[in-house]
Amino acid sequence: MASIRAETPRVRTLVLDADGWSDHRAGQHLDVRLTAEDGYQAERSYSIASAPGEPLAITVERLEDGEVSPYLVDEVRDGDRFEVRGPIGGYFVWNGDEPEPVLLVAGGSGVVPLAAMARQRARAGATAPMRLLYSSRSWEDVIYRDELETLGVEVVHTLTREPPPGWDGYARRIDDELLRDVAFPASEGPRVYVCGSTRFVDAAADGLVRLGYDPLWIRTERFGATG
Amino acid sequence: METRVLDGNAVGGLLLELFGVELTAAPCVCSGCGAREQLACLDVYLDCPGVVVRCRHCSDVMIAIVRGPERTWIDLRGTRGLEL
Repeated sequence: MASIRAETPRVRTLVLDADGWSDHRAGQHLDVRLTAEDGYQAERSYSIASAPGEPLAITVERLEDGEVSPYLVDEVRDGDRFEVRGPIGGYFVWNGDEPEPVLLVAGGSGVVPLAAMARQRARAGATAPMRLLYSSRSWEDVIYRDELETLGVEVVHTLTREPPPGWDGYARRIDDELLRDVAFPASEGPRVYVCGSTRFVDAAADGLVRLGYDPLWIRTERFGATG
Repeated sequence: METRVLDGNAVGGLLLELFGVELTAAPCVCSGCGAREQLACLDVYLDCPGVVVRCRHCSDVMIAIVRGPERTWIDLRGTRGLEL
């Protein structure tokens, strides 16, 4: 553990100083393994938040009945040590030199690997248009809220539970009409990355196919409800 | 217990440790129906005794992995081919 940054009340970014780590690709994840004194081990996957070339960072949301995330969000301190395995993934990755427009669709902490792609685009000076459709429960739950505005990526928020007073953006779950408003037209042949809960990912991917997207354009990563 | 369906991304780390190669982008062919999908696109169940990877099309078991304290047992009968 090198340093810690609070993102929202339930989410922290941990910058790691990992021995023997090789550089990663945007979209990849790593596994954290914690070992208790009695030898009991718990292992969870976390998306890598940093762009390639930046100090390695993961962003972790605290799940109340989780075995690993409460430790990583509330307990861990600079200088603590734990095992990581990775980088992992050769499918849900964006290299930065693909010419197609890129549509990123995030549900909650599913924004983490997608933000790594947006950061890489900014660092590499890539010219492919990139648009992020980001569904959160409330404005307070939006991870990287300020930073996302600085990356040169179009960001469209939708807030599904508690939009703030005066909110004039989307305030509902992602549906076909919202996708039609926000997504690139199918004629542009975009690359799509969808990350969130299984239900979120299936709804977004199915909706995009109904818009005329080829399923092969859509890369998905689902995460589970244990942490 | 609610069964959690994830996808093959979730077993990338386990397979990397067991086989020493990145496999989430590797196309796998289902022995049951012949469908060919990248591992990341297969359904993964983590709450079984062990890990079960199923075909997204016919739901046949393609890979089952059970880890014990001393060794790991891997059943690949449901995978007819794996391209690296």
